[in-house]
Amino acid sequence: MSYRLGIDVGGTNTDAVILDEQNRVMAKCKRPSSEDISTGITEAVDAVLGESGINPSQIVHAMLGTTHSTNAIVERKGLARAGIIRLGAPSGIAVPPFLDWPDDIIRHIGRHYRIVHGGYEYNGVPIAPVDRDEIRRALEELKDEGITALAVSGVFSPVNSEQEMIVRDIAQEVLGKDVPVSLSSEVGSIGMLERENATILNAAIQHIADSAYGSFQNVLRSHNVTADLFITQNDGTLMSVEYARRYPVFTIASGPTNSLRGAAFLTGIHDAVVVDVGGTTTDVGILKNGFPRESTSAVEIGGVRTNFRMPDLIAIGLGGGSIVQETDAGVTVGPESVGYRITEEAFVFGGSTLTATDCAVSYGLASLGEHSRVSNIKKNTVDQTVQRIKEMVEEVIDRIKTTSDDVPVVVVGGGSILLPRELNGTSSVVVPDNFDVANAIGAAISQVSGSIDGVFDVATKGRDAVVDEVKEAAKKEAVKAGARESSVEIVELEEIPLAYLPSNAVRFRVKAVGRLAAG
Amino acid sequence: MCYKLHNFCTGGVLVRHLTVKDIDFLAVGAAVLGSGGGGDPYLGKLMAKAAIMEKGEVQLIDVDEVPDDKLVIPSAMMGAPAVMLEKLPNGSEPEISFRAAASFFGTEVCATMSIEAGGINSCIPVYTAARLKLPLVDCDGMGRAFPEIPMVTFSLGGVEASPMVCCDEKGNKVVIESINNAWVETLSRAVTVAMGLSSMIGLYTMDGKTLKKWAVRGTISLAIEIGKRIVQSNQKKMSPVDSILEVTNGYRLFEGKVTDVQRDLTTGFVRGKALFEGIESYRGSVMRLEFQNENLVAFLDEKPCAMVPDLITILDRETGNPITTEHLKYGQRAVIIGMPCVDIWRSEKGLAQVGPRYFQYDIDYVPVEELMKEQSR
Repeated sequence: MSYRLGIDVGGTNTDAVILDEQNRVMAKCKRPSSEDISTGITEAVDAVLGESGINPSQIVHAMLGTTHSTNAIVERKGLARAGIIRLGAPSGIAVPPFLDWPDDIIRHIGRHYRIVHGGYEYNGVPIAPVDRDEIRRALEELKDEGITALAVSGVFSPVNSEQEMIVRDIAQEVLGKDVPVSLSSEVGSIGMLERENATILNAAIQHIADSAYGSFQNVLRSHNVTADLFITQNDGTLMSVEYARRYPVFTIASGPTNSLRGAAFLTGIHDAVVVDVGGTTTDVGILKNGFPRESTSAVEIGGVRTNFRMPDLIAIGLGGGSIVQETDAGVTVGPESVGYRITEEAFVFGGSTLTATDCAVSYGLASLGEHSRVSNIKKNTVDQTVQRIKEMVEEVIDRIKTTSDDVPVVVVGGGSILLPRELNGTSSVVVPDNFDVANAIGAAISQVSGSIDGVFDVATKGRDAVVDEVKEAAKKEAVKAGARESSVEIVELEEIPLAYLPSNAVRFRVKAVGRLAAG
Repeated sequence: MCYKLHNFCTGGVLVRHLTVKDIDFLAVGAAVLGSGGGGDPYLGKLMAKAAIMEKGEVQLIDVDEVPDDKLVIPSAMMGAPAVMLEKLPNGSEPEISFRAAASFFGTEVCATMSIEAGGINSCIPVYTAARLKLPLVDCDGMGRAFPEIPMVTFSLGGVEASPMVCCDEKGNKVVIESINNAWVETLSRAVTVAMGLSSMIGLYTMDGKTLKKWAVRGTISLAIEIGKRIVQSNQKKMSPVDSILEVTNGYRLFEGKVTDVQRDLTTGFVRGKALFEGIESYRGSVMRLEFQNENLVAFLDEKPCAMVPDLITILDRETGNPITTEHLKYGQRAVIIGMPCVDIWRSEKGLAQVGPRYFQYDIDYVPVEELMKEQSR
C-alpha cells in the first residue's frame, strides 16, 4: 500500500491529510501555524501519522502548499539584494527596471540594474548581438554593489531563452555558484516589465524559500518519511523541491488554488464557483475543467506589478471570526475579525465579542461551543446577520461568474458553517465531507504541468504545424516536471493573433498537465 | 472655437508644469474622455514618468501661445499591443523623428501634442515633450478616442496625416509622403511591421495658425482635473461621479449591473454590446450600450439617450474608475455617463465623419443634452 501526504500552511492553521491510493482520506488534522513554519508542520505530521497508524516509509509523495513566499514579499521580510541584468539595448532604455516599485521594498532590494545589448524581435531575430565582455563588466559592477541574488530578463525571452542562459553561465563564473540566478523566461510570459518584476521578486526570496523548504525536508526526514517532495504552485500543479527552491514565486497564491482543487476533487464537480470561508476572509474563485480560472489582468504582489498566472479570486472580509456590530443602518459583519482568537473571544466559546459564528450557532446553522451562551442574542440581530452574510456571499458569486445562468457552488473551509444551503443565483450548494481540509487535500492530489507562451511566425511553417509544435513542447515540459508521459494532456490552448497589423505573428499559450509518475 | 468641457479653466494663458504625479491623474482622466476605448495606459504612464524624472517637468502651454508660423507635431506610438509591452522604446526616438521632420520642413518644431485621449497615447506626448524639452500643447485632435486615426478634427480642416515620421528603437527612421490618408495608413503599417511591430510616430504636422482653428482645446488639463477628482474622492471614500459630471457638463445616463457582453471581432474592430440591468432608482429599466472599440450609442429601454460623437463612458460604481470596453464583464456594477462632445464634431462635416450614420446607425444625431431634456419631460 502507498500513501500521499498533503500539507497546507496557512496564515492561521497548518492542515495535513494522508490519502491512500484511491485518494481516500486516511487521516486529517488542523494545527496552529508557527512563525518558523517547521513547528506547525512537525505537529501536523505527528498528528496524521499517529491517527493513520501507517508506516512513514509507505508515503511515496509528500506535497506542501505554503504562503511563506507571499508573506516575505508583502511584509518585506528577509529579502535579498537582488540585481538585474536586462538584455534588450538599444530597446528599453526609456523604461529602466524598478521604475514604479514602492520605496519600502526598494530599501530592502536596492536598485541594482544594468541594461545590456541583446533581446529578440517577436519573430526571434536578435535586436542586437550579445556582447560577452559587456555582460561580464556589468556583472562585475553589480558584484561590487553587493548583490546576493541575480535576475536576468530579456526582450522576447519567452520566444527564445538562449541569451538569458548565456548571462546565467557568465554570472556563475563572475558571481560564483552561491549567488542564485533567476531567468525571466522561466518565470513569466509576454509583458517585459511585469515578467522582469516577477523575476526580481523571485531572486529576492530565493534564500528564504531555500531555508523554508530545507526545514520541510528535515521535518519529514526526522519522521522517517522518505517520499519524493513536491511544492504546490499557484496553477494547481506541482514543482519538485529542487525547482521550487529556484522558482519560489510560483507558490504565491497557491493556498486558494489548493482549496479550489480540493473542492473539485471532493465533489467531482469540475465547473463551479468555489466559496472558501476562513476565519477572517472568504475567497471566491471559479473552477473550469477542474482548474482555477486564471486572472487576465495584471496582479500586484506587495505593490509590485507582475503578470503571473494567478487564480481569479475575489476576497471579502467575511469569516467565522468576523465581528458583528449593530448600527443605525442595520448590522454589519466584518471586515474586522477576532481571527485565530475565536476560541477565546466568541460568545459561544465563553468570550464577549459577538461574531458571525455566534449568530450561525444561535440560528441553528451549526452546533459548536455551548449553545446556551448564544441564546441571549436578540433574534432580530441573529436573523439580520444571517441574512447579511447570505447577501454578501451571493453578491460575490454574482460578480465572479461570467453569465447570469445559475451555477453550482461548492463551499469549503472551516467557516462554511456560516452559509445556508440555499443561495440565489446558484443551481446547487454543495458542502462536501472533509470541507475543512480541502486545501491540504488539494495539495495532495496535485498534478504536474508544463507550459509554453510565445509569439510564433505561422507564415513559414503553417498554423497547424506550429500548433503541433507548441503542444509537443508543452507536453515535454510536463514530463520534464515529473509527469507520466502517457497521462499528459493539453488543458489549455490559446491563440492570439497580434492585433491589427497585416502579419502572420500569433501568440500561443499552451499548458499540458499529467499525473505524477509513481515514486 | 472653444471646447465645451473647458469652462473650469480660468481662461487666458495657462502656465503650468506637468509633474510625475500629474501623469497618474492624466492617465485616469484621459480614460474617462476615452469613451471606453484606448486600452491600458500603463506603459505610456511609465514612459512619461521616467522621462520627467530624467529630464524635468513638462511645460504645458495653451493653444494660443503657439506662434502662427511655428510647427507642432502630434506624437504617438503604433504597433501590436503585445509587442509594445515587450520591446520598449529606447528614448531617442522623439529626437530622431523630430529632427527628421524639422529638416523635411526646413524649420524648427516648437511643441508636441496628443492625437487622442485614452490609452497609451494619452501619455506618449508627455514622454516626447519631456525628452525633447519641448512644451506640450493643451489640446488634442479628438477630445475623446475614436477607432480610426483619420477621425481627427484636423481632417475637417484639410490637414493631412502625411508627411508621417516612423522611428524605431534602433534609430531607424522613415518619412512617409503619401497621396492621401489611406496610403499613410498602408505604408506606415508596412514600415511598423518591418521595425518589429512597434514604432514611434509623428503625423498631422501643422502650424500654429491651423492648430488654433482646429484643435480641441484644454483636453490635457481637463483630463488631469478629472483624474485628480477621481483619486481624491477615492481617498475620501466618496463617489467621484458627481464631480466628474460637474467638470465635463455631463449627465448620469444610468446605473446598473452588466448582465451580458457580446463581442464580434470579425471586422478587425471589436464591435459589440453590453446590457445593463438597472439598480436603485433605475430598477426596472435596461440599458443597451453598443460599441466599436469605443462606446457608440446608449439605448435606455430601447430609446437612444446618448450617441456618438458625444462621449459615453462607463464608470465603476464604487471607485468611479473608467471601465474600457475590453474590460467589460458580467456582474460589474457601473454608472454610465454621457458628456457633450466639442462643437466642431456637431457640424455637418463633423457628423459625416464620426456621427451615428457613419457607424451604420439609421438615426439622426441628437445632442445628449437635448435627449436628457426630452427624457425629463
